Amino acid sequence: MAQMTTTPPIPASPTAASLGTVRVNRPRRGRRSVGASIALHGTLILASLIALGPIAWVVLSSFKPGYAVQSTEITLVKDPTFANYEYVLFETNFPIWFLNSAIVAGLTMLIGIFFSATTGYALSRFNFPGRRGLMMVFLVTQMFPVSILIVPIYKIMADLGLINTLPALVIAYLTIAVPFCAWMLKGYFDSIPTSLDEAASLDGCGPFRTFYRVILPLARPAIAVTGFYAFLTAWGEVAYASAFIQTDDKYTLAYGLQQFVPQFNPQWEYLTAAAVLVTIPAGIVFLFAQKHLVSGLTAGGTKG
Amino acid sequence: MSTVTADAAPRSAGLSTTLRRSWDKHWAAWAMVVPVVAVLAVLIFYPLVNGIWLTFTDQTEANQVAEICTKSITGGEVCRENPNAWSFVGLDNYINVLTGKVGEFWQWTGTTLIWTAAGVAFHYGLGLGLAVMIHREMRFRGLYRVMLVLPWAVPAFISAFAWKFLFNERLGLVNSVLNAIGVDSVAWFANKSTALFVAVVTNIWLGVPFMMVALLGGMQSIPEELYESAEIDGATPWQRFRNITLPGLRPVSMTVILLGTIWTFNMFPIIFLVTEGQPAGSTEILVTGAFRAAFEGIRNYSLASTYGVLILSILLIFSVFYRRVLRKQGEVW
Repeated sequence: MAQMTTTPPIPASPTAASLGTVRVNRPRRGRRSVGASIALHGTLILASLIALGPIAWVVLSSFKPGYAVQSTEITLVKDPTFANYEYVLFETNFPIWFLNSAIVAGLTMLIGIFFSATTGYALSRFNFPGRRGLMMVFLVTQMFPVSILIVPIYKIMADLGLINTLPALVIAYLTIAVPFCAWMLKGYFDSIPTSLDEAASLDGCGPFRTFYRVILPLARPAIAVTGFYAFLTAWGEVAYASAFIQTDDKYTLAYGLQQFVPQFNPQWEYLTAAAVLVTIPAGIVFLFAQKHLVSGLTAGGTKG
Repeated sequence: MSTVTADAAPRSAGLSTTLRRSWDKHWAAWAMVVPVVAVLAVLIFYPLVNGIWLTFTDQTEANQVAEICTKSITGGEVCRENPNAWSFVGLDNYINVLTGKVGEFWQWTGTTLIWTAAGVAFHYGLGLGLAVMIHREMRFRGLYRVMLVLPWAVPAFISAFAWKFLFNERLGLVNSVLNAIGVDSVAWFANKSTALFVAVVTNIWLGVPFMMVALLGGMQSIPEELYESAEIDGATPWQRFRNITLPGLRPVSMTVILLGTIWTFNMFPIIFLVTEGQPAGSTEILVTGAFRAAFEGIRNYSLASTYGVLILSILLIFSVFYRRVLRKQGEVW
């Protein structure tokens, strides 16, 4: 795929990609005027505030008692309490839903990384019949609205006896996550020089060994991004979860939380606490992945 | 490979050797992709074919069984034909949907276009602006990056909830702030434009980080020397941006805009949870409108599939068109 014909050549080595995060526009440093500096930092601080604001407000509200959440007064902290958290953690099925979500998202992440890595490697390295078709299929799967797939997948899951089980969700989420992840990893593998594969094969490594021992360790940034994406996909999905899961003890968080939103009197104070608890694991995965995000995507989600 | 005609025999022998040779050469690649292909075939391709077939029937949850079986007194089962069983209806589903007899296809399509265009334009514009800023060397760069990417880590249904909370008419922060500066509370979800505005803002908030990170990645692959020589030639920052950064980002931009369009078009949770289509269904986009039309009350499988096929067709036509435009501009992608 000669997609780079009209663009400047891109340094094709993993070291260049990973160094990318530290490489900076050195010549321009120090020549920025004070005014420009203030404008730059001001804009970025404003943007950061907008990015963090809603999260921070939910976090602050989660420590307020119900009447303070319901009031129109603007207060950052008001009679701080853990009552909302206590209610969510001990009075509801939240811990079970949390565990279910963790199992589903964890499995989706691990299996998703495995499958998309092997597929991405094959797409990157071997010019096998069906390669182009598969790339197209991956793009087209992104276009499928859930509403068309949900009924037939439901029937398949019912035939397999998987309705109301967690594996049904893992399988469904893999179909969402793997095509994009494989596409992204393929792009990253493309940036790793093939001379490494050739050297490995001269040393007597088969294709699988080469992949596992040589290429995979070099692709760590992209793997981190892939894992992050797969985890988030599974962690926040609502539609499949509401279709396939029927009993309270199998709910995932995304679906279970809907129970706090009765039509007419939403229990905002519990919702805020639950929202914080739901976001924490996603945040932890994010912190592990974040320093790889840019370099992992550099080559990744960006090439056809 | 079963070939029937006699003269095809040598060709089939040729085919089998080709196949064997092909196998020897490509077995590793095929082995690596086969699990994914198998799962996609079962869970995407088969449902797609099944879904297309359903669009020509009137199948619903209520009429899907062809026979009704009742236990008789003697313990055996008596089955008789379901008088209301589903049947083929030809193109009726499409006609009903497109003429507006069922649902509000054209209105939803209009809203979807506004929703998608606004979302993608702001995602890309803001993502690019922030990426350009954060690409420079400066103090707190790492910190800014983490903070700006953080919305990405928040699951979509939580973001939806957080923004719905902020814009709540009675107790939301936005109205409280408006009151504090002497402006009356706005009933955000009471009319179409404000409700859609809230949904679009939510979607922008959660989509910018991906764009920013992808474009940042693209910028890092633009060789530094280009900027240095441009600077020596006296190019202004704007000229450098215009003539080096933008062209250098082209491949990345083309991909993320296509992906962004598809994702936003099919973005279900935001509209579904933030506006819930209120007021009176006027803020529904295609995916949420279709979901409500088909799944509220008796689940209407054929209707859901009809909408699905229409949505898929729109996106397919869009991407073919998009790629053709790109190719005309010399991009082999």
